[in-house]
This record gives sequence, C-alpha cells and structure tokens, in this order.
Amino acid sequence: MHTFYNVVSGPLAWIAFILFFGGSIYRIVRMLMLVAEKEKFIFTYMSWRYSLRSILHWIIPFATVSWRRQPVLTVITFAFHACLIATPLFLLSHVLLWDEAFAISWWTLPDAVADVMAIIVILGAIYFLARRLTQPDVKFITSASDFVILAIVAAPFVTGFLAYHQWLSYPLVMCLHVLAGDIMLAAIPFTRLSHMLFSPFTRAYMGSEFGKVRHARDW
Amino acid sequence: MAGPLKKEKAGVVDEGIDVGISRLSEAKIQSVINGVIESETGARLKTYVETCIHCGLCSEACHYYLSHDKDPHYSPVGKVKQTIWEMLRKKGRVSPEFIRRAAIIAHTECNLCKRCTQYCPFGIDITYLMSVVRRIIHKLGVTPLYIQDTAHSHSVTMNQMWVKGDEWPDTLQWQEEEARVEIPDLRIPMEKEGADIMYSVIAPEPKFQAQLIYQAAIIMQVAGVNWTMPASVGWDNSDMAMFTGDNEIMGRLKRSHFETAARLKVKKIVMGECGHAFRSVYDMGNRWLGWSMPPFTIVHAIEFYHDLIKEGRIKIAKKYRPPITLHDPCNVVRGGGLHEKARYVAHALCENVIEMHPNREHNYCCCAGGGVINTGPPFKMTRIEGNRVKAEQLFVAKTKGAEVLVAPCHNCHSGLHDIVHHYEIGLDIKFFGDIIYEVMEKPAQAGP
Repeated sequence: MHTFYNVVSGPLAWIAFILFFGGSIYRIVRMLMLVAEKEKFIFTYMSWRYSLRSILHWIIPFATVSWRRQPVLTVITFAFHACLIATPLFLLSHVLLWDEAFAISWWTLPDAVADVMAIIVILGAIYFLARRLTQPDVKFITSASDFVILAIVAAPFVTGFLAYHQWLSYPLVMCLHVLAGDIMLAAIPFTRLSHMLFSPFTRAYMGSEFGKVRHARDW
Repeated sequence: MAGPLKKEKAGVVDEGIDVGISRLSEAKIQSVINGVIESETGARLKTYVETCIHCGLCSEACHYYLSHDKDPHYSPVGKVKQTIWEMLRKKGRVSPEFIRRAAIIAHTECNLCKRCTQYCPFGIDITYLMSVVRRIIHKLGVTPLYIQDTAHSHSVTMNQMWVKGDEWPDTLQWQEEEARVEIPDLRIPMEKEGADIMYSVIAPEPKFQAQLIYQAAIIMQVAGVNWTMPASVGWDNSDMAMFTGDNEIMGRLKRSHFETAARLKVKKIVMGECGHAFRSVYDMGNRWLGWSMPPFTIVHAIEFYHDLIKEGRIKIAKKYRPPITLHDPCNVVRGGGLHEKARYVAHALCENVIEMHPNREHNYCCCAGGGVINTGPPFKMTRIEGNRVKAEQLFVAKTKGAEVLVAPCHNCHSGLHDIVHHYEIGLDIKFFGDIIYEVMEKPAQAGP
C-alpha cells in the first residue's frame, strides 16, 4: 500500500500536473492557432468590453434569463462548480502537502466547511446524474462519455470524503483518492471537462458578436 | 436514447430532397462532409462540439421544442446531435436516409433565429452549426425544392422572384403613376446618382406587394428624402442563397448590391421591412466578401422611420387607434438591436401598444425565417405546428386587447399570417409602413 501511495502521490501526481498544465496550454494554443489559420476574422470581432460584459453576466447566478428559467439547476450548478474548484485548493491537508513538498502555503478552509463543500459536490454530481437519466431532452443527448466525465469529477470528492471520515479502509481509500485526483487533473484538457478552458473563449466571442455587431444582449 | 419521433415525417415529399437523395452514394456523402469540415470549418466547429457539456439548457429556447411538448428531437442540441455530431463521429460515413433527415431538420425544423445561443451558458453558436449542416446539404444537392428554386432565381436574375429586367423599372413607374394620384409631383427617382439614400427592397415587393413600394415612395416624398432606386440588378437585397448554404451566390448578390450603391454614389442603403435581408447585407454577405462590417451604412426601415419621426420629418396627423402588439423579428433585434427603436416608432404611431411576452431579444421566432417558409407548401404545417407557442403568446396579447400585430419583417409577416389564420387568433397583421402611411400628415390630396 505504501508503494502504491508513493506512486500515485509521486510520479503519477507529477504526470497529472504536467498533463493538466501542459495539456491546458497546449489545447488553448492549438485553438488560437487554428483560429489564426482558418478563421482569423474572429480576432477582428473580439472586444474586451463585450467579452467581459458577457462573461460577467453568465458567471453571476440568476443574471441571465437562462439561469432565471432554471432556478434549481442554477443554484446547484453554481454551488457545485464553486465547491469543486475551491475545496481542493483550500483544503488544509492539501495545503500542508504543498508546504511539506515545496514550503509554500496559503489560506485554508476549516475542515468542517470543506466537508460540507465536498458533500455539495457529491450531491451536485448525483443531481446531474439523475437529470441525465430522467430529463428527456438531456437523456436524448447523453452519451457514455457524459457518465465517464461525471464519474471522473465525483471520484476525488467521494474518496476524499470517505478518507476524511476514515470510513472503509483508510490507506486504500487515501490511495484511491490521490489516484482519482490525478485522473481528474489529467482529464481536464483532454475530455469535455475542457469546457473549463474553452468556455471563457466561446462566451467572449459570442459576447463580442452580440455586443459589437448585433447591438443585442446575449444573456 | 429517447423513443422515435411522435409524428414521423415520412409523409412529407419534397422533390429537391428526395430526388437529391436518390442520386447519393455513401462515398459521395463522405467526401462532401469531410471536404466541408476540413476546408471550410475550423476552431469554431471544433471548440463548440468539444465544449458542449450536453446540459440541455438550450432546449427551452426553441419554439419547435416548446411547441412539440418538449420532444427532445426538437431541442437545439437534439438537432445538433441528429446532424453534425453524427457526421463528425462517423467521419462522414452516414447513410442517404440520414442525410434526408438532416436536410429536413436543418431546413425546416430550425429557423436559425439564434435564440438558443442566448440560452447556452457557453455561448455556443448553434445557428452556425446548423448552417454548416445546410452547407453540406447544399453541396450534396439535397436542398428542398422551393428554396432551391429561389436560390436559382437569385443566380439567374440576381433577384429572388424571377423578376425580369424590364419588370422592375416598369413596376416602379407603375407605382409612381399610382402614387401621383395622391401626390401629383411625387417621383420614384431611378438611377439618381449622388442621392443620399439608395432604397432597396426584396423581390416579393415588386412581385406581389407593390403597394409597399407605393407607401415607401409617399413616405420618402413627404419626408423630403433625397433618395433613389436602381434600375439595374442590385436592387434586390434579399438572399435565400445565404440560407441554402450557397455562399458563393450570396457573395455575388451582396457584391452586386454594394456595387450598385457605389455606382449611384449614395451615402447610405436604406432597406424595407425585411429581416433576413438585413442579416444578409449587414452580417453575412459582407463578411463573405471580406468586409468585417458592411461597406455602406445599412439602415433598416425601423431605424429609418425612427429617425424620420424623431427629426420631425414626418408628422403624425392622428395616432393609430386600434391597440397593437409588436413582434420583434430575430434578424433585426437579436441580429441588430433595433428593439427599442421599434418601440419608439410603435408608441409614436399608435395610441396603445400592448407588449407580448417574452419580447425584445427574447421574443419567440415567427417560424418562417431562416428560409423555412421558403421551403414551401410541403413544410407549411411543419412551421405552423412547430410554433404553437407563438400562437399562445399572440393569444395572450389578444386577450389583453391587441387587435393588430405589427411585424416589421416580411418573413415574420407571412409566417405569422399562417399562424394567426391556423390557430384562429384574429389579429390583423401590418408593417410599420402600412401604419405610417395611414396616420402621417400628407399634403392635401389632389381633388378629382
């Protein structure tokens, strides 16, 4: 178990971080190169003002008609995404690892709060799963990959939650937790989890087109 | 994953689609799909497809989806799944039957109205994805017959309605003559070099709505506008080629339009109450020709009337009495931001304006636009049944007292006419021009 832990938290973690950062940069650069190569006109229409105006509306809950029409989904998706990003970044035990390895540290969440946030992510994932299985329009467009990416995202939180509470076999769960984290990081640039990377760009482009050319709101 | 369509479209026979399909081989389909994707698409298609998280938030935006009791086949992303996703996933290896369905979806079950784009958290341009499908359908020769005929007319005559060279100036002179009964010194100035404005219309106006040219001439005359209309090709601003994915013809049309304006040395192009033509001249055609924005100032009728009223160049003798409700056409509202100007005009002309809901950028489409009405009789019921939600919206406006529906767009006008008739809503449909003509101050009529 020790060897397994050393592998997932050592070389595999390095690989995961390299794939995450390297892959993210690669994907964004490739996209921009493709724009330059085949659709250079897109740059002509980009506007900081309208890009930010659009992004701002869409990252605020209920600031768009679309969000307002789906109040339950809106609350859940915002809570899910916020906790998804904040929990691993500000978890005390994660920050301690950074401190041990590189002597860097930052502000941390109280463990009890982080625990609730992990539960929010898990419940959010269950909601999305149920939505996929029951809502006809979502079910119609669901493919296997949708379940896979949901599982990839949920796994670190489920295992993290179990590890924190020391339920089941702690050493095994801990190893699985680190492995799940590695997989999620590495998967972001190479699956549709890449919406994390690309959505600011697609949003900005549409915001620019609507603002600059069409003089209309895109929210 | 969901069951079959509630109502199979097998009954629909369209010669353009069905004869086209009979000529297809799988090899041809594959080479056309991959050819379009490789040589004509880039980061947009790739990023849109890879970023879509399959959340279904676009569904509620679509009038077809809402009108078909939330049948997932009609949700925007559902239509994307049934067309471009499959083409990409199978690398073009799809059957002729698949293409038949794709042609029907892209041409008759989507108006390219862009409402879904406003409901997607990522701003994925689903309209663009459907346009890529239409481009593939065009290159496969499977475009519905009626709209393809229109594109042929554009190609041969440079106008949408097979209007012959001599019929055009003849119609203008005829309308000038008619209008002179009302205002004896009225002119419809043809080929007037150096006029401030070139007024352009869509070909259905001379073909069967010549009274709109008459009304426009009266408005221009009374407002003292220095205007002209070309006698040559280039007068028609419409563009069904844009909707069939025939970008090359779209480019030829817009080049001819802009070059005509340049030849006449006008300052602006003012266009009649048409939405798709605005999209073509202001957004699509100019880009195809390499102009990031149009080479001329493009003024849609709504904005033109707004300015004339605001500047006091036309005065309202007596406001229009019957309560009106205002339809926001997608191409000039989501595509041009003219909704507040439209309201200014409406309130200036009419005593009572009753808002329908949703409105402005969020208004429901007429279900005629995007070339759907131009697919003709085989698909008439597709667009009427596909827009029950519009009928409901109009009915609410009617119960609040609206008697007249103002639709400042030709396609909306015709599509809404069918909806109002079919669902027996009982609203008169008018253009702004109709109302201005009725309520404006005119010089004392020449007595008999």
